[in-house]
Amino acid sequence: MKTAISISNVSKSYKDVQALKNISFEVGEGELFGLIGPDGAGKTTLFRILCTLMLPDSGEARVCDLDVVEDFRAIRNRIGYMPGRFSLYQDLTVEENLEFFATIFGTTIAENYDLIKDIYVQLEPFKNRLAGALSGGMKQKLALCCALIHKPDVLFLDEPTTGVDAVSRKEFWQMLKRLKEDRLAILVSTPYMDEAALCDRVALIQQGEILSINTPEKISEEFQGTLIAMKSHRVYELLTALRNHPLTVSCYAFGEFLHVTLREASDAKQLESDIRAQGFDDLEAHPVTPGIENVFMQLLKQSAA
Amino acid sequence: MEQEKVIIADKLTRKFGDFIATNAITFEVSKGEIFGFLGANGAGKTTAMRMLCGLLAPSSGKATVAGYDVGTQAEMVKKHIGYMSQKFSLYEDLTVKENFLFYGGVYGLKRKDILDRLDQMLQRLELEHALKTMVGDLPLGWKQKLSFSLAMLHRPEIVFLDEPTGGVDPITRRQFWDLIYEAAHDGVTIFVTTHYMDEAEYCDRVSIMVDGVIEALDSPENLRKSFNADTMDAVFQELARGTSTK
Repeated sequence: MKTAISISNVSKSYKDVQALKNISFEVGEGELFGLIGPDGAGKTTLFRILCTLMLPDSGEARVCDLDVVEDFRAIRNRIGYMPGRFSLYQDLTVEENLEFFATIFGTTIAENYDLIKDIYVQLEPFKNRLAGALSGGMKQKLALCCALIHKPDVLFLDEPTTGVDAVSRKEFWQMLKRLKEDRLAILVSTPYMDEAALCDRVALIQQGEILSINTPEKISEEFQGTLIAMKSHRVYELLTALRNHPLTVSCYAFGEFLHVTLREASDAKQLESDIRAQGFDDLEAHPVTPGIENVFMQLLKQSAA
Repeated sequence: MEQEKVIIADKLTRKFGDFIATNAITFEVSKGEIFGFLGANGAGKTTAMRMLCGLLAPSSGKATVAGYDVGTQAEMVKKHIGYMSQKFSLYEDLTVKENFLFYGGVYGLKRKDILDRLDQMLQRLELEHALKTMVGDLPLGWKQKLSFSLAMLHRPEIVFLDEPTGGVDPITRRQFWDLIYEAAHDGVTIFVTTHYMDEAEYCDRVSIMVDGVIEALDSPENLRKSFNADTMDAVFQELARGTSTK
């Protein structure tokens, strides 16, 4: 696999805040790479450096084997960038926006229509609508088309699905899957853990540091301890009771269940009977396989401690 | 659960020209309930929520919130509810303390009461040190928790939360839900919208809006059963699919 993005020891500070601390990783051609982390983790700073909009304080980054500092002009022609904030012209129509982006890259919609066709057919009924009047999901699709219209080799998507509903999110990710089949390298950031599971590899990032890089499956295996799912109709009381129990390492709501982390699998029986004895007659409990969200929460807690 | 109804919507409708954004929705919410208000982007959630908060007059139908009519007693509704939106809740260029004093003042609270309550709230959030920090300098997760506290400052009976947890890490998101559980446990009614389907599971009941209409309304458990689905995400995908291309 050819390398599309390579980052080595990149650091960046704003006054006394260190936004990126010695970040290194590579993304291959045709790879869908997820940058997973909360607001303020440094994701956007990294995107700006890779998109040649900001200089790193130290370290080196290459995109399409071009240096982000030396060769910034050449890089700009080879990448597509979708910033976190909606950055299209709200007072231009859907079609005018797309035409504008095609024109500044010296191409036409017709020339690269194949690349955006699957996405654009959904927008076409509204091509005369002002971009500002589109729903959240449609805005994201238009922004993706605009980032793709010059046929880039690498695509940078900074939180493309924040604030977008669950159905549109799923469609958006199906589009990304299709794009990477065309050998496009995609670096995408997201706060949604279910989206992390759809990436080829992910980097978990927190406060400018990478906590882990691996495939979603491998990351899930990094979980330490035993995970138990519990449920009662008195959710708040159960949450409090579990958190107050000495065997509980941590307890968080997880969909319809509460996920309890224990040090040893053998603690589960004790915990269950103690909790039941506290009057939770309808208690349901069973072991669960940790997912990427469980691991990320564990890593977040450890890095905060 | 207590049976006192604090939100009653009866064929609540809002049109914009020919477009019916909210189409005759009817539902009730009980005191102390956590009510999830779901729907795809553009399904009509915001319009419905604006009407319930007394910010937008209904075209037809009616709704009472905390016992007041949203059409004819909008000002009374506003006094009895709290509201938090993801887009705007706090002034970024005021400190935490200044924000609370400002909002408390708007609600007619005494300075001392505001500061006492702020003190309690910051202690609960373990954010005492942030009192004199400019809100713009705070991490998003802190802002969200402070916005929630601010919405609760005048001890409203109902709080409306519009996508309160977007963009934060999974632990912070759950800490936010701890605050919601706690408030509901104290008898405050929670009306919340979210795009996180795991959060839909945390609600006592959930409604799903599609094209201006409430297509489903029940407990997450019953919805999963009736749609033969493992998760609320699957229920949502089933119901809301086809609307996302609008």
